[in-house]
Amino acid sequence: MCKWLCPLWLTLLISLSTPSVAAIETYQFASPQLADRFNALTEELRCPKCQNQNLADSDSIISKDLRRQVKLMVDAGQSDDQIRAFMVQRYGDFILYDPPFKTQTLVLWLAPVVLVIIGVMVVIFMRRGKVTASVALNDQERAKLDALIKQQKENSE
Amino acid sequence: MSEDKHPSWQRLLLLIPVLLAFGLGLFLYQGLGKDPNKLESSLLGQQVPDFIGESLAEPVRAISRADILGTPSLLNVWATWCPTCKAEHAYLNELVAREGVRIIGVNYHDQRGPAQEWLVRLGNPYAFSIYDPKGQLGIELGVIGAPETYLVDADGTIVDKLTGELNERTWAQLKPQYEALMARQSQ
Repeated sequence: MCKWLCPLWLTLLISLSTPSVAAIETYQFASPQLADRFNALTEELRCPKCQNQNLADSDSIISKDLRRQVKLMVDAGQSDDQIRAFMVQRYGDFILYDPPFKTQTLVLWLAPVVLVIIGVMVVIFMRRGKVTASVALNDQERAKLDALIKQQKENSE
Repeated sequence: MSEDKHPSWQRLLLLIPVLLAFGLGLFLYQGLGKDPNKLESSLLGQQVPDFIGESLAEPVRAISRADILGTPSLLNVWATWCPTCKAEHAYLNELVAREGVRIIGVNYHDQRGPAQEWLVRLGNPYAFSIYDPKGQLGIELGVIGAPETYLVDADGTIVDKLTGELNERTWAQLKPQYEALMARQSQ
Protein backbone atom coordinates (compact mmCIF):
# COMPACT_ATOMS: atom_id res chain seq x y z
CA MET A 1 0.00 0.00 0.00
CA CYS A 2 2.72 2.42 1.08
CA LYS A 3 4.56 1.56 -2.11
CA TRP A 4 1.99 3.61 -4.01
CA LEU A 5 0.71 6.03 -1.45
CA CYS A 6 3.94 7.13 0.25
CA PRO A 7 5.55 8.72 -2.82
CA LEU A 8 2.24 10.37 -3.57
CA TRP A 9 2.03 11.89 -0.12
CA LEU A 10 5.66 12.93 -0.30
CA THR A 11 5.14 14.71 -3.59
CA LEU A 12 2.10 16.49 -2.23
CA LEU A 13 3.94 17.58 0.92
CA ILE A 14 6.94 18.85 -1.00
CA SER A 15 4.81 20.81 -3.40
CA LEU A 16 2.96 22.39 -0.48
CA SER A 17 6.09 23.29 1.46
CA THR A 18 7.93 24.94 -1.46
CA PRO A 19 7.38 28.67 -1.06
CA SER A 20 6.30 30.56 -4.14
CA VAL A 21 9.01 32.82 -5.48
CA ALA A 22 7.21 36.08 -6.05
CA ALA A 23 4.55 36.90 -3.48
CA ILE A 24 6.70 37.74 -0.49
CA GLU A 25 4.28 40.15 1.05
CA THR A 26 0.67 40.54 0.03
CA TYR A 27 -0.74 43.94 -0.68
CA GLN A 28 -4.39 44.85 -0.85
CA PHE A 29 -5.44 47.15 -3.64
CA ALA A 30 -8.55 49.27 -3.98
CA SER A 31 -9.07 48.06 -7.55
CA PRO A 32 -7.72 45.33 -9.82
CA GLN A 33 -6.39 48.07 -12.14
CA LEU A 34 -4.09 49.33 -9.37
CA ALA A 35 -2.93 45.78 -8.67
CA ASP A 36 -2.17 45.29 -12.38
CA ARG A 37 -0.15 48.48 -12.50
CA PHE A 38 1.74 47.48 -9.36
CA ASN A 39 2.55 44.08 -10.86
CA ALA A 40 3.62 45.55 -14.19
CA LEU A 41 5.84 48.18 -12.55
CA THR A 42 7.57 45.81 -10.14
CA GLU A 43 8.25 43.51 -13.07
CA GLU A 44 9.78 46.14 -15.31
CA LEU A 45 11.81 47.82 -12.55
CA ARG A 46 15.12 46.22 -11.75
CA CYS A 47 16.45 45.51 -8.27
CA PRO A 48 19.35 47.94 -7.75
CA LYS A 49 21.18 45.58 -5.40
CA CYS A 50 21.02 42.45 -7.50
CA GLN A 51 22.56 42.23 -10.93
CA ASN A 52 19.72 40.59 -12.77
CA GLN A 53 16.39 40.41 -11.00
CA ASN A 54 13.36 42.63 -11.07
CA LEU A 55 11.70 44.09 -8.01
CA ALA A 56 8.93 41.51 -8.09
CA ASP A 57 11.28 38.53 -7.92
CA SER A 58 13.89 39.81 -5.52
CA ASP A 59 14.00 39.03 -1.84
CA SER A 60 16.52 41.75 -0.96
CA ILE A 61 15.79 44.49 1.56
CA ILE A 62 15.96 47.23 -1.03
CA SER A 63 13.50 45.47 -3.35
CA LYS A 64 11.07 45.02 -0.49
CA ASP A 65 11.35 48.72 0.32
CA LEU A 66 10.91 49.71 -3.30
CA ARG A 67 7.86 47.47 -3.70
CA ARG A 68 6.36 49.25 -0.74
CA GLN A 69 7.27 52.57 -2.35
CA VAL A 70 5.64 51.57 -5.65
CA LYS A 71 2.55 50.47 -3.75
CA LEU A 72 2.37 53.82 -1.90
CA MET A 73 2.81 55.79 -5.11
CA VAL A 74 0.26 53.72 -7.04
CA ASP A 75 -2.25 54.22 -4.21
CA ALA A 76 -1.47 57.93 -4.11
CA GLY A 77 -2.59 58.19 -7.73
CA GLN A 78 0.82 58.80 -9.29
CA SER A 79 1.22 57.86 -12.94
CA ASP A 80 3.57 55.11 -14.15
CA ASP A 81 5.85 57.76 -15.61
CA GLN A 82 6.02 59.63 -12.32
CA ILE A 83 6.95 56.44 -10.50
CA ARG A 84 9.61 55.58 -13.09
CA ALA A 85 11.03 59.11 -12.85
CA PHE A 86 11.17 58.85 -9.06
CA MET A 87 13.18 55.62 -9.31
CA VAL A 88 15.51 56.84 -12.05
CA GLN A 89 16.25 60.01 -10.07
CA ARG A 90 17.51 57.87 -7.20
CA TYR A 91 18.99 54.80 -8.84
CA GLY A 92 19.77 55.94 -12.38
CA ASP A 93 18.80 54.25 -15.64
CA PHE A 94 20.07 50.96 -14.20
CA ILE A 95 16.71 50.47 -12.54
CA LEU A 96 14.88 50.36 -15.89
CA TYR A 97 14.91 47.06 -17.74
CA ASP A 98 13.82 49.06 -20.77
CA PRO A 99 16.41 51.84 -20.91
CA PRO A 100 15.58 55.10 -22.73
CA PHE A 101 17.23 56.02 -26.01
CA LYS A 102 19.87 58.66 -25.28
CA THR A 103 23.59 59.32 -25.80
CA GLN A 104 24.80 56.99 -23.04
CA THR A 105 22.61 54.13 -24.28
CA LEU A 106 23.28 54.73 -27.97
CA VAL A 107 25.62 51.74 -28.27
CA LEU A 108 23.11 49.51 -26.52
CA TRP A 109 20.34 50.34 -28.97
CA LEU A 110 22.31 50.68 -32.20
CA ALA A 111 24.90 47.91 -31.84
CA PRO A 112 22.54 45.06 -32.95
CA VAL A 113 21.45 46.97 -36.07
CA VAL A 114 25.04 47.86 -36.95
CA LEU A 115 26.16 44.26 -36.43
CA VAL A 116 23.41 42.94 -38.71
CA ILE A 117 24.39 45.47 -41.41
CA ILE A 118 28.05 44.47 -41.10
CA GLY A 119 27.07 40.80 -41.31
CA VAL A 120 25.05 41.35 -44.49
CA MET A 121 27.91 43.35 -46.01
CA VAL A 122 30.41 40.63 -45.22
CA VAL A 123 28.19 37.97 -46.85
CA ILE A 124 27.71 40.09 -49.97
CA PHE A 125 31.42 40.87 -50.15
CA MET A 126 32.44 37.24 -49.79
CA ARG A 127 29.96 36.07 -52.45
CA ARG A 128 31.17 38.65 -54.90
CA GLY A 129 34.74 37.63 -54.17
CA LYS A 130 33.98 33.99 -55.02
CA VAL A 131 32.28 34.78 -58.32
CA THR A 132 35.09 37.04 -59.55
CA ALA A 133 37.68 34.47 -58.51
CA SER A 134 36.16 31.73 -60.66
CA VAL A 135 35.71 34.02 -63.62
CA ALA A 136 39.12 35.56 -63.33
CA LEU A 137 41.12 32.65 -64.84
CA ASN A 138 42.19 33.54 -68.33
CA ASP A 139 42.99 31.01 -71.04
CA GLN A 140 46.65 30.96 -70.27
CA GLU A 141 46.01 30.32 -66.56
CA ARG A 142 43.49 27.61 -67.34
CA ALA A 143 45.98 25.80 -69.59
CA LYS A 144 48.57 26.00 -66.84
CA LEU A 145 46.12 24.67 -64.27
CA ASP A 146 45.11 21.77 -66.54
CA ALA A 147 48.76 20.94 -67.04
CA LEU A 148 49.33 20.91 -63.28
CA ILE A 149 46.34 18.66 -62.67
CA LYS A 150 47.46 16.30 -65.39
CA GLN A 151 50.95 16.17 -63.97
CA GLN A 152 49.58 15.47 -60.49
CA LYS A 153 47.50 12.60 -61.80
CA GLU A 154 50.45 11.06 -63.60
CA ASN A 155 52.57 11.32 -60.49
CA SER A 156 50.01 9.57 -58.35
CA GLU A 157 49.57 6.69 -60.73
CA MET B 1 48.35 38.97 -61.61
CA SER B 2 46.83 39.15 -58.16
CA GLU B 3 47.22 42.94 -58.34
CA ASP B 4 44.74 42.94 -61.20
CA LYS B 5 42.14 41.03 -59.21
CA HIS B 6 42.44 43.08 -56.03
CA PRO B 7 42.97 46.79 -56.54
CA SER B 8 44.52 48.52 -53.57
CA TRP B 9 41.21 50.01 -52.30
CA GLN B 10 39.79 46.51 -52.10
CA ARG B 11 42.75 45.34 -50.10
CA LEU B 12 42.06 48.15 -47.65
CA LEU B 13 38.59 46.69 -47.17
CA LEU B 14 40.26 43.62 -45.73
CA LEU B 15 41.42 45.81 -42.86
CA ILE B 16 37.82 46.54 -41.81
CA PRO B 17 37.35 43.37 -39.73
CA VAL B 18 40.68 44.02 -38.01
CA LEU B 19 39.63 47.58 -37.19
CA LEU B 20 36.23 46.40 -35.98
CA ALA B 21 37.76 43.76 -33.74
CA PHE B 22 40.19 46.35 -32.40
CA GLY B 23 37.37 48.83 -31.72
CA LEU B 24 35.26 46.19 -30.00
CA GLY B 25 38.29 45.17 -27.95
CA LEU B 26 38.82 48.77 -26.82
CA PHE B 27 35.14 49.18 -25.97
CA LEU B 28 35.06 46.01 -23.89
CA TYR B 29 38.42 46.78 -22.30
CA GLN B 30 37.26 50.07 -20.83
CA GLY B 31 34.31 48.23 -19.30
CA LEU B 32 36.59 45.75 -17.53
CA GLY B 33 37.55 47.95 -14.61
CA LYS B 34 33.99 49.04 -13.92
CA ASP B 35 32.32 47.89 -10.73
CA PRO B 36 28.91 46.50 -11.67
CA ASN B 37 27.66 47.43 -8.22
CA LYS B 38 28.47 51.07 -8.68
CA LEU B 39 25.39 52.81 -9.98
CA GLU B 40 25.06 56.32 -11.21
CA SER B 41 22.96 58.17 -8.71
CA SER B 42 21.15 61.03 -10.32
CA LEU B 43 20.93 62.69 -6.92
CA LEU B 44 24.57 63.77 -7.18
CA GLY B 45 24.67 67.55 -7.33
CA GLN B 46 21.14 67.78 -5.99
CA GLN B 47 19.73 68.64 -2.62
CA VAL B 48 19.20 66.05 0.08
CA PRO B 49 15.42 65.53 -0.14
CA ASP B 50 13.19 66.74 2.67
CA PHE B 51 12.68 64.15 5.35
CA ILE B 52 11.54 63.78 8.92
CA GLY B 53 13.10 61.02 10.95
CA GLU B 54 13.76 60.29 14.54
CA SER B 55 16.93 60.26 16.54
CA LEU B 56 18.44 56.87 17.31
CA ALA B 57 19.45 57.98 20.77
CA GLU B 58 16.24 59.80 21.72
CA PRO B 59 13.05 58.35 20.20
CA VAL B 60 11.10 61.52 20.91
CA ARG B 61 13.47 63.84 19.10
CA ALA B 62 12.53 64.49 15.48
CA ILE B 63 15.32 65.05 12.98
CA SER B 64 14.75 66.83 9.71
CA ARG B 65 16.82 67.97 6.77
CA ALA B 66 17.65 71.25 8.57
CA ASP B 67 19.61 69.31 11.21
CA ILE B 68 22.22 68.11 8.76
CA LEU B 69 22.93 71.57 7.28
CA GLY B 70 25.45 74.17 8.43
CA THR B 71 28.74 72.42 7.85
CA PRO B 72 30.04 69.92 5.27
CA SER B 73 29.26 66.45 6.59
CA LEU B 74 29.40 62.79 5.80
CA LEU B 75 26.14 60.90 5.86
CA ASN B 76 27.04 57.32 6.71
CA VAL B 77 24.50 54.53 6.23
CA TRP B 78 25.13 51.74 8.72
CA ALA B 79 23.50 48.77 10.43
CA THR B 80 24.48 46.19 13.02
CA TRP B 81 23.73 43.35 10.56
CA CYS B 82 26.26 44.66 8.07
CA PRO B 83 29.78 43.20 8.38
CA THR B 84 31.40 45.88 6.25
CA CYS B 85 29.96 48.53 8.58
CA LYS B 86 31.77 46.85 11.43
CA ALA B 87 34.94 46.78 9.38
CA GLU B 88 34.83 50.50 8.68
CA HIS B 89 33.68 51.57 12.13
CA ALA B 90 37.14 51.99 13.63
CA TYR B 91 38.12 54.14 10.67
CA LEU B 92 35.10 56.39 11.21
CA ASN B 93 36.16 56.88 14.83
CA GLU B 94 39.66 57.69 13.65
CA LEU B 95 38.40 60.16 11.05
CA VAL B 96 36.45 62.09 13.66
CA ALA B 97 39.34 62.11 16.14
CA ARG B 98 42.03 62.94 13.59
CA GLU B 99 40.34 65.31 11.18
CA GLY B 100 37.27 66.46 13.06
CA VAL B 101 34.93 65.36 10.26
CA ARG B 102 31.26 65.65 11.13
CA ILE B 103 29.65 62.29 10.45
CA ILE B 104 25.91 61.79 10.66
CA GLY B 105 24.67 58.23 10.91
CA VAL B 106 21.71 56.74 9.11
CA ASN B 107 20.85 53.61 11.06
CA TYR B 108 19.36 51.57 8.23
CA HIS B 109 16.88 48.69 8.70
CA ASP B 110 18.04 48.04 12.21
CA GLN B 111 16.71 47.71 15.74
CA ARG B 112 17.18 50.48 18.25
CA GLY B 113 18.45 48.34 21.14
CA PRO B 114 21.26 46.48 19.38
CA ALA B 115 22.20 49.64 17.44
CA GLN B 116 22.66 51.70 20.61
CA GLU B 117 24.56 48.85 22.22
CA TRP B 118 26.88 48.66 19.20
CA LEU B 119 27.74 52.36 19.53
CA VAL B 120 28.53 51.89 23.21
CA ARG B 121 30.71 48.90 22.48
CA LEU B 122 32.57 50.15 19.38
CA GLY B 123 32.52 53.87 20.06
CA ASN B 124 30.24 56.50 18.56
CA PRO B 125 31.71 58.50 15.68
CA TYR B 126 28.38 60.10 14.82
CA ALA B 127 27.28 63.64 15.69
CA PHE B 128 23.89 61.92 15.79
CA SER B 129 22.23 58.98 14.10
CA ILE B 130 18.90 59.01 12.34
CA TYR B 131 16.82 55.92 13.07
CA ASP B 132 15.51 54.53 9.78
CA PRO B 133 14.12 51.07 10.54
CA LYS B 134 11.95 50.91 7.40
CA GLY B 135 14.47 52.37 5.00
CA GLN B 136 12.22 55.32 4.14
CA LEU B 137 15.05 57.85 4.36
CA GLY B 138 17.14 55.29 2.50
CA ILE B 139 14.74 55.44 -0.44
CA GLU B 140 14.79 59.24 -0.42
CA LEU B 141 18.58 59.18 -0.60
CA GLY B 142 18.76 56.36 -3.16
CA VAL B 143 20.50 54.00 -0.73
CA ILE B 144 21.02 50.53 -2.17
CA GLY B 145 22.61 48.83 0.81
CA ALA B 146 24.89 49.44 3.76
CA PRO B 147 27.44 50.85 4.09
CA GLU B 148 27.15 53.91 1.92
CA THR B 149 28.62 57.32 2.58
CA TYR B 150 27.42 60.61 1.15
CA LEU B 151 29.43 63.80 1.14
CA VAL B 152 26.99 66.65 1.71
CA ASP B 153 27.92 70.33 1.67
CA ALA B 154 26.79 72.95 4.19
CA ASP B 155 23.70 73.76 2.09
CA GLY B 156 22.60 70.14 1.86
CA THR B 157 23.78 69.40 -1.68
CA ILE B 158 24.97 65.84 -2.28
CA VAL B 159 28.50 66.25 -3.64
CA ASP B 160 29.67 62.66 -3.85
CA LYS B 161 28.68 59.18 -2.86
CA LEU B 162 30.70 56.16 -1.86
CA THR B 163 29.30 52.65 -2.00
CA GLY B 164 31.06 50.21 0.29
CA GLU B 165 33.70 50.52 2.95
CA LEU B 166 35.14 53.86 4.00
CA ASN B 167 38.85 53.37 4.62
CA GLU B 168 42.19 55.03 3.97
CA ARG B 169 41.95 54.36 0.24
CA THR B 170 38.33 55.38 -0.35
CA TRP B 171 38.62 58.42 1.93
CA ALA B 172 41.45 59.59 -0.33
CA GLN B 173 38.82 59.84 -3.10
CA LEU B 174 36.45 61.96 -1.01
CA LYS B 175 39.00 63.99 0.94
CA PRO B 176 39.97 66.59 -1.71
CA GLN B 177 36.31 67.49 -2.21
CA TYR B 178 35.71 67.56 1.53
CA GLU B 179 38.67 69.86 2.07
CA ALA B 180 37.55 72.14 -0.74
CA LEU B 181 34.14 72.43 0.93
CA MET B 182 35.75 73.14 4.30
CA ALA B 183 37.99 75.80 2.75
CA ARG B 184 34.96 77.47 1.21
CA GLN B 185 33.16 77.22 4.53
CA SER B 186 35.86 79.04 6.48
CA GLN B 187 36.03 81.94 4.05
